[in-house]
Amino acid sequence: MPRVLLIEDDLAVQKGVTLALKRRGHAVEVAGSGETGLLALERHRPDLVLLDLMLPGMSGLEVCRRIRESKQIPIIIMSARGDDIDMVVGLEVGADDYIVKPASDEVLEARIKAVLRRVAPAQDGSAQAAPAQPGAERHGALTVDRTALIVTRDGAELALAPSELKLLLFLSAAPGQVYSRQQLLEQVWEHSFYGDARLVDACVMRLRAKIENDPRAPVYVMTVRGFGYRFGPLA
Amino acid sequence: MTFRRPFRLRLPRGLRVRLVAAFLFAAAFGALLTAGLTFQQARSAILDRTQEAAVADLRAQLDSLAPGLPFPPSTQGLRDLALQLDRAGGAHTWHSAAAYQDGPLVSAAPTAPPVPQTLRETTQDGAAAAYQRIEHEGRPWLVLAMPVSYAGASASASGDSGAMSRAPSGLTVYAALPLDEDEADIAALRTAAQAGAVPALALALVPALFAARRVLRPVRRLHGGAERITAGELDTRLDAEGHDELADLTRTFNTMATALQRDDAELRRMEASARRFAADVAHELRTPLAAMTAVTGVLDEDADSGALPPDTADAVRLISDETRTLARMVEDLMEVSRFDARTAPLRAEDVDLRTLVSKTLRLRGWDAGEHVTVDLAGPVPVHADPRRVDVILANLVGNALRHGSPPVTVRVRAEGERAVLTVTDHGPGIPAHAVSHVFDRFYKADTARARSEGSGLGLALAHENALLHDGTLTAANAPGAGAVFTLTLALATPPARESR
Repeated sequence: MPRVLLIEDDLAVQKGVTLALKRRGHAVEVAGSGETGLLALERHRPDLVLLDLMLPGMSGLEVCRRIRESKQIPIIIMSARGDDIDMVVGLEVGADDYIVKPASDEVLEARIKAVLRRVAPAQDGSAQAAPAQPGAERHGALTVDRTALIVTRDGAELALAPSELKLLLFLSAAPGQVYSRQQLLEQVWEHSFYGDARLVDACVMRLRAKIENDPRAPVYVMTVRGFGYRFGPLA
Repeated sequence: MTFRRPFRLRLPRGLRVRLVAAFLFAAAFGALLTAGLTFQQARSAILDRTQEAAVADLRAQLDSLAPGLPFPPSTQGLRDLALQLDRAGGAHTWHSAAAYQDGPLVSAAPTAPPVPQTLRETTQDGAAAAYQRIEHEGRPWLVLAMPVSYAGASASASGDSGAMSRAPSGLTVYAALPLDEDEADIAALRTAAQAGAVPALALALVPALFAARRVLRPVRRLHGGAERITAGELDTRLDAEGHDELADLTRTFNTMATALQRDDAELRRMEASARRFAADVAHELRTPLAAMTAVTGVLDEDADSGALPPDTADAVRLISDETRTLARMVEDLMEVSRFDARTAPLRAEDVDLRTLVSKTLRLRGWDAGEHVTVDLAGPVPVHADPRRVDVILANLVGNALRHGSPPVTVRVRAEGERAVLTVTDHGPGIPAHAVSHVFDRFYKADTARARSEGSGLGLALAHENALLHDGTLTAANAPGAGAVFTLTLALATPPARESR
C-alpha cells in the first residue's frame, strides 16, 4: 500500500484527491502548506509526494528543492496549465513528472503508478525473463547495476531521482541507439506520444549534471540534434 | 503619377496642375493687358509724331510756295505747286495734290494720291488742317489736307492759331504719305511685346510652381498623415504652421487623430478586460473543478456498482459526465484566452504528419473499427507542434464523427510546397449558411439541436492552432455529400529533394 504525501492548500482538492487515492488503495497523508509538508515527510516517510505548486508561504518550487536536497523520493507536481514557467522550473529542480489540474482520478493513478515503477516497463519484463546480467555494467567511469538499481561514478554512488535513474537505465541498455523524445516519453514516463517533451529535456539536464564531468560537453547522454538522445557510445 | 495608365486625352485634375494653370492664366492676362496698352500708347505716339512732323513740314513748304501762286490758280499752276511740293518733300516722300474750291484734284504724278472724299468734305468749309489715316492698295497712308488762307497781304497756312483774321482762299493742298516705316516700327513693337510676354509667362511658371508647392505641401502632409492613420499609426500628429485654411484643416486632423486614438485605446481596454474576465473566470473555475474531477472515477464506480438506488445512480453518472465536459470546456476556454493574449507557445519539431495521424487515432481508439479510415501515401514531413496538430486532428475527426456519418476518411498528401490533410465524412454536409461560421466560437449550425458533447470551442481552437503554424484550415462540402475540412501546413522539406 503506497503511502502518498499530498501537499495542497485547497480543502476541496485535498478531499477529492484523498478520496480518489484512498479508493485506489493508497494511504494518503495531507499537508496544507510547504512547511508542514516538509515535516510530514520526515514523520511519515511516504513513497511519493504529490505537490501543488501554488502554495501559501513557502512555494511549491522551494518545497521541491528542499526535498531533493536530501531525498530521491518520487515527486509529482500538480499545476494548472498556463503556469508553464513554474512547471518548467519545477522539473528543473527535480520533479519527476507533472499533472495538469484539473485531472481525473484515472490520470492521477496512472501517473503515480508510472513514477513508482522503478524501471521502464519494456525492460521490466525482459529483466525478469532473462536476468542474464549479473553484477554491473561499466560505461567509462559509470557503473550501472541493473538489479540493485545503483549507479556509481568512480566508485561513488550517485543520488539519482527516480526519473533520472529510469532514463539512464533505459538509454544505457542500448548504447548508441537513438531515441526520440516521444519514444522516451512513452517508454520512461508512460505518457502518450503527445506528452510534454520538456519533461525529457529537463530530466536529461539534471542527469547530465550528476553523471557528466562537463555537462556542457556530455559523453554519456548525447543529444542527436533534431531527433532526440542516445547513450554514448563510449570509445 | 503612374505611366502605366493607358494614354487618354483628358483634363488633368491634379491640384498642382490646376494651381499652375490658374497662376499662368492670371500672369498671361496681366502680360497681355500690359503689352496691349503699351503697344497702343507707343503706336499712337509714333503716329502722332509722324503726323505732326508732316504737318509742320507741309506748312513750311506752303508758306514758301503759296505766295508765288497766281490767283485764282490754273490747273497748270496747281500742278506746278504739287510738283514743287513733291520735290521739296525732303524727309517725307509724300504725294501732294492741290485743288481749288470744288475743282478736281491736281497732282504732279500721273496718279492722284488717295484722298478720301470725307477728308475733302471736312476741309471744304473749315479753315483747319485735317488728316486721316487710310488703307490704300494694301499700304497704310497718312493723308493731310491743308486749306490755304490769306492773312492780310500774305497767304499763310490756316493751321496757325486763329489770332489773325483769316480768309479762306479756296485752295486746299493735300499730301499723302505712306506710313510703311512707321508700320515697320509698330510691327517691331508688336514683336517686342510678344517676345516679352512669352518669357514673362515662362518666368511666371517658376512662382506658379513655387506657390503650388507651398499650398500642396500641407496637403501632401495631410495625405501622408491620413495614410498613416489608416495603417494603424494612431499617434500620428502633423505640424500646423500658419493660420490659413490648410493649417486649420491640419489642426482639425490632429484633433480627429486624438479622438480616434482615445476611442481606440478605450475599445482595446474594454476588449482586453472582457478577455481577461473570461480568462479569470476559467482560472477560478479550475480549483473547484480539480476537486470534482478527481472524484469522477469514484462516482462512476459507485453508480455502476448497483448499490445505489437507480435514480441516484443516474444522477451520480450525470454529475460525473458533466463534470468532465465542464473541465474540457474550461480547458478550451483557457486555451482560447491564451490565443487571444498571444501567449500560446509553438513548440515545433520535425515530424511526419502521417505519424501524427496514426498516433492521434490510436490514442483515441479511432484506429480500430470501420468508423475512421486513413489514406496515407508518401512521406509528409512537417515542422509542427505535435500536440497542437493533435488538437486539430482530434477536433476535426471528433466533429466529423459527431455531426457527419461514418466512414470518416483522413487523407494526408504532400502537394507541391504544402502538406494537405483532409477529413471527409459522409453525413449531410454543412448547411450553406453555416459554412463561413463553423470556426466561430460556440457556433451551432442548428440552434434547435441540443448541446453536443463538444465544448463549442473545438473547431475554433483547431482553426487558431492552424493559423499559429502559418497554416490554413477550411471547411467545405464534398461534391457528393458530407463535409470536408482541409488543413494545409508548409512542408518541412519537399519529399522529392529528400528522396534524392
